[in-house]
Amino acid sequence: MPEQEFRPHPLTPIPPPADVLLSVRNLKKYFKVGGGFLKKPAVVKAVDGVSFDVLRGETFGLVGESGCGKSTLAQTVIRLYEPDEGQVIFDGHDITHLPEGRLRPLRRGMQMIFQDPYSSLNPRMTVGSIVAEPLEIFGVGDRAEREVRVKELLRVVGLNAYFVNRYPHEFSGGQRQRIGIARALALRPKLVICDEPVSALDVSIQAQVLNLLKDLQAEFNLTYLFIAHNLAVVAYISDRVGVMYLGKLVEVGPTLTIMNNPRHPYTLALLSAVAVPDRRYKKQRIILQGDVPSPINPPTGCRFHTRCPIARPECSEVEPQLREIDRDHLVACHYAEAAPVELKRRGD
Amino acid sequence: MELFEADPRARLERSLAVSTAEEELEWVPARRASLWGDALRRLIRNRLAMFGLAVILFFSFLAAFAPVIAPHDYAEQFWDHIAEYPSAEFPLGTDLNGRDMLSRMIYGARVSMTVGLVAQFIVVLIGVPIGAIAGYYGGKIDTAIMRFVDIMYAFPTLLFVILIMTMLGKGLFNIFIAIGLVGWVTLSRLVRAQVLSLREKEFVKAARTMGASSGRIIIRHLLPNALTPIIVAVTFGIPQAIFTEAALSFIGVGINPPTPSWGQMVGEYQQYIRSYWHMSLFPALAIGLLMLAFTFFGDGLRDALDPRMNE
Amino acid sequence: MLRYVLGRVLMIPPTLLAMSLIIFIVMHNTPGSPLQPEGANPLSPEDLKNLAAAWGLDRPLHEQYINFLVKAVQLDFGYSYSYRTSQVTEIISRTFPVSLHLGTMALLFAVVVGMTLGILAAINQNGPVDYFCTFTAMLGVATPNFVLAVVLIIVFVMLLPVIPRTGGWDQPVDWILPTITLGLGPMAIIARYTRSSMVDVIRSDYVRTARAKGLAERRVILVHVLKNALIPPVTILGPLFAAVGTGSPFVELIFRVPGMGRFFVQSLLARDYPMIMAVFLLFGAFVVIMNLVVDLVYGFLDPRIRYD
Repeated sequence: MPEQEFRPHPLTPIPPPADVLLSVRNLKKYFKVGGGFLKKPAVVKAVDGVSFDVLRGETFGLVGESGCGKSTLAQTVIRLYEPDEGQVIFDGHDITHLPEGRLRPLRRGMQMIFQDPYSSLNPRMTVGSIVAEPLEIFGVGDRAEREVRVKELLRVVGLNAYFVNRYPHEFSGGQRQRIGIARALALRPKLVICDEPVSALDVSIQAQVLNLLKDLQAEFNLTYLFIAHNLAVVAYISDRVGVMYLGKLVEVGPTLTIMNNPRHPYTLALLSAVAVPDRRYKKQRIILQGDVPSPINPPTGCRFHTRCPIARPECSEVEPQLREIDRDHLVACHYAEAAPVELKRRGD
Repeated sequence: MELFEADPRARLERSLAVSTAEEELEWVPARRASLWGDALRRLIRNRLAMFGLAVILFFSFLAAFAPVIAPHDYAEQFWDHIAEYPSAEFPLGTDLNGRDMLSRMIYGARVSMTVGLVAQFIVVLIGVPIGAIAGYYGGKIDTAIMRFVDIMYAFPTLLFVILIMTMLGKGLFNIFIAIGLVGWVTLSRLVRAQVLSLREKEFVKAARTMGASSGRIIIRHLLPNALTPIIVAVTFGIPQAIFTEAALSFIGVGINPPTPSWGQMVGEYQQYIRSYWHMSLFPALAIGLLMLAFTFFGDGLRDALDPRMNE
Repeated sequence: MLRYVLGRVLMIPPTLLAMSLIIFIVMHNTPGSPLQPEGANPLSPEDLKNLAAAWGLDRPLHEQYINFLVKAVQLDFGYSYSYRTSQVTEIISRTFPVSLHLGTMALLFAVVVGMTLGILAAINQNGPVDYFCTFTAMLGVATPNFVLAVVLIIVFVMLLPVIPRTGGWDQPVDWILPTITLGLGPMAIIARYTRSSMVDVIRSDYVRTARAKGLAERRVILVHVLKNALIPPVTILGPLFAAVGTGSPFVELIFRVPGMGRFFVQSLLARDYPMIMAVFLLFGAFVVIMNLVVDLVYGFLDPRIRYD
């Protein structure tokens, strides 16, 4: 983790200094749902004001349960969706509403790995064409050169170059993810957004792919925005972690800090759920009551208050903002200081 | 005991059950499994479909080599052999104008086969791009196109084709246009539905993040994956087109006489069915047989391309 | 739910309006004129002018269209050009019930026989009954109805004297062949749909549970299965109405049924504008309404469907 004076959190000004590769400020993405004749559509507030920075060369992990908006956030950052509010600054360029023509050259620096190995590769294209497509689009080299590059990429991700003429359905899930990774690396991007790349894989394969990602980061000097719902996975690969709940960030900080000294009740609950295959280790499970509220109608005040074991009356009235509780450690909770102790007390 | 006692990294690594063995023997079958090869094999095994194909090829052969095969010219009238039943000299008999039924039937195959193929070609030419554009771009374009499609849907198609034919006049070329203009609607709906469902697939999103242009996405990613229903729809559309032409000629707004068309023959002679059954029966059977053949083949094609349909 | 129905119903007039516009444009771009039907004695220029004035054909196009619309809304479509003494509405009210009668019988035939065949085929899957039913269904789908008519006439009127005459509509025995001819295609489609839907349901988990529970007889399971399996075929009834309506001209022509289809074809050839307009609009409205009714019935039968 880089040591420097710049503290990457929303309280710092824009434009951020050069070591910040990606800067997200107050990003909002809403979706309209279910409107019909004579009926107004409901609004799903998938991402509702998220801000964070990602430094060059680091891995920023984003974690949260299904439906918290992390995938939407990833897709909005990479401009698959257009943001409704807020800013996205990539490598010094404000790409928030950049028209596609001006955006295209910048896309070379920003690539994505997807979650589902079974639908992220075009079933009608050979592996070779899949990996070569980014090169084709940007006109890199001629056909022969591209072929060489493709084989090299396949080798780098641990696949036999002989596979170029095979079709995706002939491969296993882990292998397909590697193909997806090879494709993402083809243009030598600076930032790779990993949208739950291992969630669909078997546990042992997960480890392999994660290690591959770490090796590739070192070799190609990559920056990762890593998204997952499994806290263990995120912590394994990330330098800093952000915890999302219902469209907002509730806690951000270096991995070790979050793991050792979490402050938000939600983070504490998540951590308590991590399975540890060690009989000596007894832990207290914090079990949250209730279901995740609908993002169409988020709770007033702190969004988590409906399920929070230590909620107080003001939690339903005033929404807590992200504030710095330790060095580089931000929390959005009114009672962050007392949270760990309080929770432990209630658990007994 | 503390909530978090051990070194978090170690604890989490344990929870991941990281295996230390690095390389996994990943086995990929040696033989290349081609997508189309599998489908072809399944198709060949389907006997009904092969029967259909045989009939189609037979009629295609007749249509292609009609001038060589037909014993007589289709317009030639034999005045002393008017309205004769099948005999050695005229295996299918003669019609009310003394023309050889067999020759007329053979030339009639030309009309039917041509109409089936060309009309569907026009349908594809119009329907696929419209459906793809509506599905891909969505929004106002989609709504506008779909409203138009809905209106066209309310028309009874056959009657509308008849209307257009009365407008254009008789003739083979006009039939192509009329059928094409009306038939693209169903195909465009189909293509649109396919595109809509494919649009959200991750490989399409991947292409967009790579900066692929819309055209590239539609042509390289969407359409190839939508091929199966398109092929099936086209294959089923051919007998429909054949039927439409036959129906048009039946009423008298289709083919220009004296060019023989099976439908026209049925239409003209069905009133004499009690006395001259052969004049309307043979062309009727031919139409039915050809349509049946295409339907069998189309069924087989659909089953072959979509293994889930097999039971 | 009410909103949905309202929305759909409100869409009908604009659809019909658009249809009428399209037909109007097509008709008036058609070569040939109602004033000079083919094969009739040519009229003198003087008479032509008078006739044109009487029918309002000398007015500019948009005026003709507006006039038409105004009258159409009051359901006055004027006099037929072919049958000068009869009003279009009168002709239609005479012939449409006949076509409706035939169509309804054909559809009933299709539904009853089709569903039965489909059910039998599904129960006897891959057995002889199944093959027979599937084959019949395929024949029905592929064969055009006038071909079928010819074949049926030859077989049942001429070869085996089961039916006395080849056409007409007065006696119930006249109804048999036209009904079968018109209904066979839809019957085949319904049979195939029913069969595949039955097979899906029979394979589903809750039926397996019922069997595992040792439910007394297959009959009881059929009660479970039938209720659910018969719903999807209902959805295709809408388009089938349209198909039946469309197929009727040929059947009516061959069997000499005095229905609307036959008149319609004649009016097309004679450029009988009022008739053409009225018939198209009637068909269109009929199809759209039937589709809506079928959708609503489907929503009623299947508790999972919610229109809102």
